[in-house]
Amino acid sequence: MDDRLSRVFSALADPIRRDMVARLAVGDATVNELAEPYAVTVQAVSKHLKVLEDAGLVSRGKQAQRRPVHLEAEVFDLMTKWIERYRLEAEQRYQRLDAVLAEMAVEGPEQAKTRIAKTRIEGEAS
Amino acid sequence: MTTTTHPETTISADQALPAVHITREFNAPVEAVFRAHVEQDLVAKWLGPRGLTMRVDRWDASTGGAYGYVHSQGDEEYRFFGSFHEVRPNERIVQTFTYEGFPDSVSLETLTFEDLGGGRTRIRSTSMFETKDARDMMLASGMETGVVEGYEQLDDLLAEA
Repeated sequence: MDDRLSRVFSALADPIRRDMVARLAVGDATVNELAEPYAVTVQAVSKHLKVLEDAGLVSRGKQAQRRPVHLEAEVFDLMTKWIERYRLEAEQRYQRLDAVLAEMAVEGPEQAKTRIAKTRIEGEAS
Repeated sequence: MTTTTHPETTISADQALPAVHITREFNAPVEAVFRAHVEQDLVAKWLGPRGLTMRVDRWDASTGGAYGYVHSQGDEEYRFFGSFHEVRPNERIVQTFTYEGFPDSVSLETLTFEDLGGGRTRIRSTSMFETKDARDMMLASGMETGVVEGYEQLDDLLAEA
């Protein structure tokens, strides 16, 4: 699982691949359709697709000719959730800091000074 | 997003480097936000995850200083330690961070404090990991806890409404 996450992250490290994923989020597309906006060969686009496929981000259709590229939304969600989870954790931590800062504001500068003197923090006490 | 008064945490995993960037604004002057990062009794109030007890074993938030703390829940303990490379009052804190569960792994955290005027402050933090794998593992760890806490927070919000 961790290995897959690494592959997902490195697959998305490339701006063209990120752009391709963004376009596939709207709907399936063929390799030729995907290649259109870029000044690169279809072959190069196929290589990018291979990286996305190996990371489990996209899959190819079975129809022999078109073989449309499909975004595996589930895998993409997984990564977004990981980052979102991390963000939520940070946000919760900072909401607790909000509360501490609100207490400090109520406490007033006089008591704050006493506390600073007590704990002798660097830069304030020296 | 330029006139927002709701300070939400933004986070991004760097595409090119093994780094995580976090930005957050606070409705408090820069001196207060800085103090809340260096004074042990203030830090203990907010740094630990909800539901876990935070015990500070060592705390010297000054240039060349060090820290160590434990998050515990029942019999389970999660220990963290590191050094304060630089503590520059109201401007910047640079420190190392190691979770004892992964003793060979260390990240470097740079935190900057920006006075936005009007008693508001923005902090930006960058955690630089040794490898992208280490970064991704950090992002993926504790998924369950995060989800549970997320729902708890939602419960709180709904209770208020």
